[in-house]
Amino acid sequence: MIPAPFDYVRASSADEAIAALAEHGDEAKLLAGGMSLLPLMKLRLATPAMLVDVGRVRELSYVRDAGDHIEVGALTRHRDLETNDVLAAHCPPLRTVASEVGDNQVRHRGTIGGSVSHGDPASDLPALLLALDAAFVVRGPVGERTVSATEFFRGFLETVLEPDELLTEIRVPKAPEAGFSYQKFQRRAQDWAIVGAMAVRNGGTRVALVNMGGTPLRAVAVEEALTSGASIEEAAQHAADGTDPSGDINATPEYREHLARVLVRRALDAASG
Amino acid sequence: MRIDITVNGASQRHDVEPRTLLVQYLRDAAGLTGTKVGCDTSSCGACTVLVDGESVKSCTMLAAQADGSEITTIEGLARGDDLHPVQTAFHEEHALQCGFCTAGMVMATVSLLDEIPNPSERDVRLGLEGNLCRCTGYHNIVRAVLAAAEARR
Repeated sequence: MIPAPFDYVRASSADEAIAALAEHGDEAKLLAGGMSLLPLMKLRLATPAMLVDVGRVRELSYVRDAGDHIEVGALTRHRDLETNDVLAAHCPPLRTVASEVGDNQVRHRGTIGGSVSHGDPASDLPALLLALDAAFVVRGPVGERTVSATEFFRGFLETVLEPDELLTEIRVPKAPEAGFSYQKFQRRAQDWAIVGAMAVRNGGTRVALVNMGGTPLRAVAVEEALTSGASIEEAAQHAADGTDPSGDINATPEYREHLARVLVRRALDAASG
Repeated sequence: MRIDITVNGASQRHDVEPRTLLVQYLRDAAGLTGTKVGCDTSSCGACTVLVDGESVKSCTMLAAQADGSEITTIEGLARGDDLHPVQTAFHEEHALQCGFCTAGMVMATVSLLDEIPNPSERDVRLGLEGNLCRCTGYHNIVRAVLAAAEARR
């Protein structure tokens, strides 16, 4: 399978990429590691006329300690996250979830910013960043803005990013001692989650769901039940409240709701251990 | 567009369409057919090669993205008649049946052992999760990877 023809330009800086996007408008697509975009292009589900390759913009590949939070460059690869010492000390969940993305080959190419910008509700990292209350720094022709994870994801493969904007940085609050668990249910080890559930216990409890609707979701009803004193078992019964899972070859919506309840319970148990 | 790629130590320059996949480039332009196209959807790992020393699925990378990189394919591992230790281990442990996944398995293993020189059996099984063997010969493959790690010590 071969993508439809396109023009290709390689950007050597973030500003060069934004200038190229401004020039080509919504005919252009950013290419980072290509782990999400290239499969879509091979299936001809995406047919951009112009690819702006930001894969070598080294200035956007970093993990930095910034006091109360960690700054992660959007073009940091999953492989670099899962082996990063700053994350081991200050935000172990990000390291753990990065190591769960795809397989070794995918993690050698794929980037955190690519995964976030793609906005796939079945991806691992967007749900974690929602649970950790991360913020995303977005740069366009007229400057920078910061968007919270809660506001960033708008619908299936849809984010607040404008066609001429580039996600440059992810800011993640430190969570060195957080209890954490990610329960990912899949058919084969490398697959996307059929459903996934994450629990972060860090004073309060935050629960996020993978593949339970058009965007990554917080399981608000579970969090509220826990706050009002419900047991893990009771709270987990609310895991599918307010969700809108799709049905596909892997699972019916009802089965996904069942999985959410089971996986949230397991995640809460494991994160409390 | 023109790309310069070093393949198995030899510099190559080719004109390619931007949409040329790395695996097509290797098989058709560079004439190296050891790298297989399996699923063509970045699931099976049969097309795994090393890009600057790291395993990558070459069906899901553009040749343009590899411009300026060093690629190693299965043809680049042996030194003359001397097989690479991973090849030897796959041979000795009978880590293949039909052999279609083998080039990808070997390349993924070379990258894995570079990152984890002394893997546990679990490390090997997790490390090769991106490579599928439809003969389901996984036990001998895992044995071979552990033997290769031992041989390199």
